[in-house]
Amino acid sequence: MRWLDNFVGRLALSGRIGLALVAFWLLLAIFGPLLAPYEVGAVVAEDVFAPLSLAFPLGSDYLGRDMLSRVLSGTRFTAGLAFAAALSASSLGTSLALFATVSGRWIDEVVSRAMDTLISIPSKIFALVMVAAFGASVPLLLFTTALIYLPGAYRIARALAVNLNTMEYVQVARVRGEGRIYIACVEILPNMIHPILADFGLRFMFVVLLLSGMSFLGLGVQPPDADLGSLVRENISGLGEGAPAVVMPALAIAMLTIGVNLLIDSLPRAGGRNAGEP
Amino acid sequence: MADLVHVSGLRVVVRNDGGEEVAIVADVGFSIPQGEVLALIGESGSGKTTIALALMGYTRSGCRISGGTIRVGDVDILSLDATQLCGIRGDKITYIAQSAAAAFNPAITIMNQVIEPALLHGLMTRAAAEEKAVALFRSLSLPDPDNIGRRYPHQVSGGQLQRLMAAMALITDPALVIFDEPTTALDVTTQIDVLRAFKKVIKERGATAVYVSHDLAVVAQMADRIVVLNHGEIRECGVTGQILDAPADAYTQTLMAAAVPRLRQSLPAALAEAPAPLLAVEGLMAGYGGTPVLDDINLAIKRGSTLGVIGESGSGKSTLARVIAGLIAPARGRVLFNGEPLAGSLTERTREQLRRIQIVFQNADTALNPSLSIARILARPLAFYRGLRGDACTRRITELLDLVRLPADIATRLPGELSGGQKQRINLARALAAEPDLILCDEVTSALDTVVGAAILDLLAELRQELKVSYMFISHDISTVRAVCDEIVVLYSGRKVESGSRQALMAPPFHPYTDLLISSVPELRCGWLEQVGAARPLPVMGAAGAAVDTPALCSFVARCPARIDGVCNAIAAPRHTLADGREILCHHPANELLEREARVRQEATG
Repeated sequence: MRWLDNFVGRLALSGRIGLALVAFWLLLAIFGPLLAPYEVGAVVAEDVFAPLSLAFPLGSDYLGRDMLSRVLSGTRFTAGLAFAAALSASSLGTSLALFATVSGRWIDEVVSRAMDTLISIPSKIFALVMVAAFGASVPLLLFTTALIYLPGAYRIARALAVNLNTMEYVQVARVRGEGRIYIACVEILPNMIHPILADFGLRFMFVVLLLSGMSFLGLGVQPPDADLGSLVRENISGLGEGAPAVVMPALAIAMLTIGVNLLIDSLPRAGGRNAGEP
Repeated sequence: MADLVHVSGLRVVVRNDGGEEVAIVADVGFSIPQGEVLALIGESGSGKTTIALALMGYTRSGCRISGGTIRVGDVDILSLDATQLCGIRGDKITYIAQSAAAAFNPAITIMNQVIEPALLHGLMTRAAAEEKAVALFRSLSLPDPDNIGRRYPHQVSGGQLQRLMAAMALITDPALVIFDEPTTALDVTTQIDVLRAFKKVIKERGATAVYVSHDLAVVAQMADRIVVLNHGEIRECGVTGQILDAPADAYTQTLMAAAVPRLRQSLPAALAEAPAPLLAVEGLMAGYGGTPVLDDINLAIKRGSTLGVIGESGSGKSTLARVIAGLIAPARGRVLFNGEPLAGSLTERTREQLRRIQIVFQNADTALNPSLSIARILARPLAFYRGLRGDACTRRITELLDLVRLPADIATRLPGELSGGQKQRINLARALAAEPDLILCDEVTSALDTVVGAAILDLLAELRQELKVSYMFISHDISTVRAVCDEIVVLYSGRKVESGSRQALMAPPFHPYTDLLISSVPELRCGWLEQVGAARPLPVMGAAGAAVDTPALCSFVARCPARIDGVCNAIAAPRHTLADGREILCHHPANELLEREARVRQEATG
């Protein structure tokens, strides 16, 4: 656990708050449904849009379901889907970037221009078109969001890899006669992993916001399942009475994204120690 | 006369990873009389820059001045707050950094940057400041002083930029100027001009200065007094002449000994007789994207011998190493290894050919992968070329570390945890792991301190005896090259202007460029700078040879003190061989060169 102490010790206060928030939401995403006091879909309250109470800590929704149970289940969808999509985008983007960097000019040119084409499509419209064409489903949302955030991850990774590729230790490896895979995986990748991780955090946040936006429009996760975005939408009629049912999921989205943001903002200083020093 | 600067009991601490404060400068005290130049000299990590910065009340992040007093004029620097310090910096105390290129803003014209301190502190009007700047440009011997201020930093050379930074520092008539290694990054031929300009302007304005450097020979020209530092403590402090002639401290003596390169053992006679050269380069032409960097290069390295390649930055010496290593394919000509032609690109060379030529880069910081342990860095070539695994590999790593005189327990560390000299030894050990026949050493000692660099040169010489390996030794420092190499090649803008054995290159006549290189290396005695005299005006050239950049013409013609109008700018220079076996690319025959160089030397000393 020493590295964890070290890691936490090097973070600024804002980073520690971010880390605590992220850890909190990750735990909720993993164990939340086990802690849920009621069945997700069960109508248990007598009142719709009930205020906070001991029986219903976050109130009840527009049908009288327990809001705490619904937020716990929604967190799993939002965080899980966003994590999977960001992970696919970052790992695929990094692999493509490494491949393009070590494989000479033409391949680099082709891959980079393909990514430029993808990046030129507005992300929300692309997502809407995909849903309109194939219908909303969890695998499709995963695929679409991963594809939308792939070019950004690629560009960041390629910029880092191209710089590292001119370093003398990479040239030494090349003169030694090393193959492309060795150069990419041993000489380049370990030296760019910190900024890539920071970029992964950023992408995770973007995906959360995009998915929540989609769900709010009714094109994301479909009932009876609900992610945090759809929770806001289905309870929107409670907004007029200031019902906790609409405030709580919105607050959850805010806390999750702000937490990730705070954490990654202080990451480069923790990770880039040997890069910036003379 | 009263001392202008007085420092006593200065202590600077840095907070380490464990949160403890460690002193990097301890109990340092000295004083500088008005109008004198004090040099702070020491190796990297000796605290010389830290002390220089402390004079302005500044420390690098993580450091803190924890004790002592610093008085400049009648101001107690350490009692001032941040606003008051801002008022003094750039006005009463100014600073000249090592890298002028990094210190200028590339988007603002030079004039606006040079007069900025004067305007910022409200000392004079813009017109007066500009007038003063032009006067300073003139005293710093800058070309076209009236108009140079309108240019942008990338439009002037490195040596000029360094002088422009001096103008920026002097525009406020400061009480104290701090020079922080201002010529370390420059070529020797440029350094001499910059030193001359600095010396002149310091004398004219009676400035008091602190000159930080690791180079004793440079300091000998500039300073009135020298403070020798080691590990943040003063080892010796005295008048320049005394430090140079009769150093009292043991550490100063070590520094002095390392500053004069000692001749290393030369080629064993038996090996020199071997018929076929190990490596031969024939009619080589190479470059980047169509622009040739190397043109018509011919050279040979005998088995077990060391070839020195010397030239200033931009002469193509590193490109030559890259072509031989296979990183750049030659445009024309060929490289023969053991009599067999080597393919131009890496992918076409066999693994055995790759193993036998290894390259060692200048900067060990960027030549070692920072995320791999030393053991992994050394294990890779062992596994790659010889299939060593497990215990055999570990044993060999220990042997290699022993070969480069490092302890075996260093293997578990990361490159970032080693010193510069240790890193360079690992860099060398990685090349040795392949058991090569030829090692290309690209400026291997340039980034190191003199003492550490001398140890690396000793190591290279010892390894040559033990392993019978050949070297191609690339350097910009002619004294280092003459100390370690059997044969020497002088490159100027991609052409071989002179080549010959070490013995032959010890005495004139030289090619005019070689002569300039040799005479520009500062000597370790006072008054050398005055003796070499001012830069002589170059012979006038007619417009007849309008095509000075015609590739066939001598490339040195623009700077050559011995050029002949109507010949050098019209006809390509012939390559002729001297009596002692040297080759020279010049129109002048040997006896004319000899006469001219003898005359110049006589003028200088007489």
